[in-house]
Amino acid sequence: MNIWLVMLLGGLLTYLTRLSFILLLGRGAFPAWLLRLLQYVPPAVLSAIIFPEVLFREGQLHLAIDNLRLLAALVAAVVAWRWHNALLTILTGMLTLYLLQALFA
Amino acid sequence: MKSVTPLTSTFTHPFWAGVRACLPLAIGVLPFGLIYGVLALQAGLSQPAAQAMSSIIFAGSAQFITVELVRQGIPGALLVLTILVVNLRHMLYSLSVAPHIQHLSRGWKAALAYLLTDEAYAVIITFFNNQPKSPQKHWYFLGAGLTLWSGWQISTAGGIFLGVVIPASWSLEFSATLMFIALAAPTIKNKPTLAAALVAGVTALLAFGLPLKLGLLAAAGTGLLAGALVERFT
Repeated sequence: MNIWLVMLLGGLLTYLTRLSFILLLGRGAFPAWLLRLLQYVPPAVLSAIIFPEVLFREGQLHLAIDNLRLLAALVAAVVAWRWHNALLTILTGMLTLYLLQALFA
Repeated sequence: MKSVTPLTSTFTHPFWAGVRACLPLAIGVLPFGLIYGVLALQAGLSQPAAQAMSSIIFAGSAQFITVELVRQGIPGALLVLTILVVNLRHMLYSLSVAPHIQHLSRGWKAALAYLLTDEAYAVIITFFNNQPKSPQKHWYFLGAGLTLWSGWQISTAGGIFLGVVIPASWSLEFSATLMFIALAAPTIKNKPTLAAALVAGVTALLAFGLPLKLGLLAAAGTGLLAGALVERFT
């Protein structure tokens, strides 16, 4: 699919999620089970992207001490969990990766 | 844009209160717009497409995910589905602000809905809850939303400008992974959300070889299920 078509469809659907209840309020309630399920979307989708990015290299599982991205990601995860600061997380993670690459790569 | 009502001096109008409330946040998102712009070009998007995504989708995390999945060559239909799933949370924001703007015209509702991002929601719902009777809440919403929108467009343009200069050897695509880690951390706040994250992550590893990168959907699905089950039985 063309990237422009992806953007237009993705953008339209995103807009509809934002417009949904602003336009439709009062025409039926949101089912409670769906509301509860929604809170699991961000952790599930994000770690489904993070895990393979960090643990796979060229299609192979790479769970070892010389996986520098894994080490940098673990440092970043500790920073993210402790301080809830996205910019600090990115800076720490990138600096850790550069440092490890300079030392071991 | 409609003219500002003349009842007070210009800068005390609720529109400007919304602008002021969102200025620190708009500055705070600048680095992410920059990183997004750089990564979008490195993933192979054209400059116009990279810039357009910031106004067509206008949702930071979904844009980071889209760019990463484009880089991996994921089919378009799966991209659209992922964008939808990732952005479903906006329905909660929509539900939450709806009672405050029910009296407005359809045009106002349509415009404000477009500006309903994570950051805008966080700012306006605080204002709405503090001043539920204010007759000009929608102007505050508009000011806040337009400020964040402008910051996002400008920083995207800056990133696209930088993206032409920054070499791929800087491993900058790793900053997208780090961004996802930063986004994920605050969402893991109890056992069910931790279970959702771990099960989804492990499933993504096991399902890595699935055709059409369906592993992502499988992982998200089992993650949701794991969260719901742990919630039910703890």
